[in-house]
Amino acid sequence: MSTRIESLRDALVAQFGDKVRATIALGELTIEVSADDYHDISLALRDHADTPFEQLIDLCGVDYSTHTSRSEGLRYAVVVHLMSVAANLRLRLRTFAADDGFPVVASVNDVWPAANWFEREAFDLYGILFAGHGDLRRLLTDYGFVGHPFRKDFPISGHVEMRYDPDTKRVIYQPVTIAPREVTPRVVREENYGDVGHG
Amino acid sequence: MAEIRNYTMNFGPQHPAAHGVLRLVLELDGEVVQRADPHIGLLHRATEKLAETRTWVQSVPYMDRLDYVSMMCNEHAYCMAIEKLLNLDVPERAQYIRVMFDEITRILNHLLWLGAHALDVGAMTVFLYAFREREDLMDAYEAVSGARMHAAYYRPGGVYRDLPDTMPQYQANKFKNADAIKRLNENRSGSMLDFLQDFTDRFPRYVDEYETLLTDNRIWKQRLVDIGIVTPERAKALGFTGPMLRGSGIAWDLRKKQPYEVYDRMEFDIPVGTNGDSYDRYLVRIEEMRQSNRIIRQCIDWLRKNPGPVISDNHKVAPPSREAMKGNMEELIHHFKLFTEGIHVPSGECYAAVEHPKGEFGIYAMSDGANKPYRLKIRAPGFAHLAAMDEMSRGHMISDVVAIIGTMDIVFGEIDR
Repeated sequence: MSTRIESLRDALVAQFGDKVRATIALGELTIEVSADDYHDISLALRDHADTPFEQLIDLCGVDYSTHTSRSEGLRYAVVVHLMSVAANLRLRLRTFAADDGFPVVASVNDVWPAANWFEREAFDLYGILFAGHGDLRRLLTDYGFVGHPFRKDFPISGHVEMRYDPDTKRVIYQPVTIAPREVTPRVVREENYGDVGHG
Repeated sequence: MAEIRNYTMNFGPQHPAAHGVLRLVLELDGEVVQRADPHIGLLHRATEKLAETRTWVQSVPYMDRLDYVSMMCNEHAYCMAIEKLLNLDVPERAQYIRVMFDEITRILNHLLWLGAHALDVGAMTVFLYAFREREDLMDAYEAVSGARMHAAYYRPGGVYRDLPDTMPQYQANKFKNADAIKRLNENRSGSMLDFLQDFTDRFPRYVDEYETLLTDNRIWKQRLVDIGIVTPERAKALGFTGPMLRGSGIAWDLRKKQPYEVYDRMEFDIPVGTNGDSYDRYLVRIEEMRQSNRIIRQCIDWLRKNPGPVISDNHKVAPPSREAMKGNMEELIHHFKLFTEGIHVPSGECYAAVEHPKGEFGIYAMSDGANKPYRLKIRAPGFAHLAAMDEMSRGHMISDVVAIIGTMDIVFGEIDR
């Protein structure tokens, strides 16, 4: 399996040159491309002669702003998981949106129709805009929701809560009344802490 | 000629055939669907965001609540992702137990799907039959984990505990006399494996019963044949997986193509459809139940002969036994650190997928070295399937929409997450 992934990596690097940055970790191949090349490379991957990645399995947004090892650099990324049914291979494709204040990435909805809802979800949760999508509405959050809840600066308890107001006899929104708390603190230990592996 | 009016209609979120909280905005031309626009998210709980604020182990029970009819398969993908990041080996017996319970879960899921699908289309009886068998399997869930549905039985590094030697018994009560109770307890006198063995002996005959009720049933065929046809090319482009992809004639099954745990040692077949319509998907799922039954039998045989540990002995990941924890300072520290701080997963990212009853259920986990995930993305199979609702229902009658929702095997716990 690993040799097949290595040969796929070599083939992709040979085809796209320095447009892609390929890494293999944990038996999975990841290629990083710039936002400009993202759509063209997606199309080339789908129509590849030997290993056509005809299935888009997953597409999601990632907010790297508080990541301990990547806090420098661009904030929003789109991660796509592709699968080739013909060649039985998987591939991860990552691209960073160029502008943190206004993240825009090309839509791959025309390459894989499956991307439609995944891109709507990433827009909803992270505020990443997909240029050329055509129907970029919110998907999971409430009608009229304000903000993008999966961004790292969005509190886990949200900004508003909903309740029935007996005076006005309707459902109203009000600022949240619960205070955020952290039961188990987030701890990052030194490298190889505990030395887990093949136990 | 009568004037034909176009309607925009709300289907759900309170419709009994909407399988939960689906709001479907249908644009109709007479009775023919022109456009279907599913509005989802009414059950959105932000599981992925919640997981970022919990330790790795604390999120295992959240996984049960994603697809709440195939609980252990969800846990399986999540535990596999953690094990992959940790580079951790799972004991062989735990792998067999996981495979066995994955298949039990598959039968549970397909039974509920079959019952609900038939009920939507108008056949009441199958639902009652299916729940009779689900009861036995949920008893098996309860025997290993203590919970009938939300088991939290799979843990990173193995499973929570070994299979029990006894099954819980029915007690005499004012509704049932001692004779009736004795009959009910007959197959519960041995271990859990005996109970499951007895179930697998009976189950093929039950599947025959469902098939007698449905497979050649004229009404059933009128409602399903040629409804929601998906060509193999479109199925791939739309991101279909599992029975939805196999129904379209593509022999793709992660258990065979990218085997995990001990599936490569199991003997089973992958059923595929030919036309890609709802009836083919029905036949595929029925055959999958029979194949799952075969796999469970193989696991039972192996588990009877091979006792052993069921969870990793690496106490940075899995808790030590109670006796060791009480008598040994080091194990006490392990126990304390594990339950206060949790597992530390090395920095990295991975994608782990299982062949869930509904399709490919994947977990994309990203760690930055902390005791909590940095980002967790749940790839739910139903999400991609429901996204194709518009394409599948276009041009069909409004009553076929119900059949198409049924054939997709929609569960909102996983779609809305």
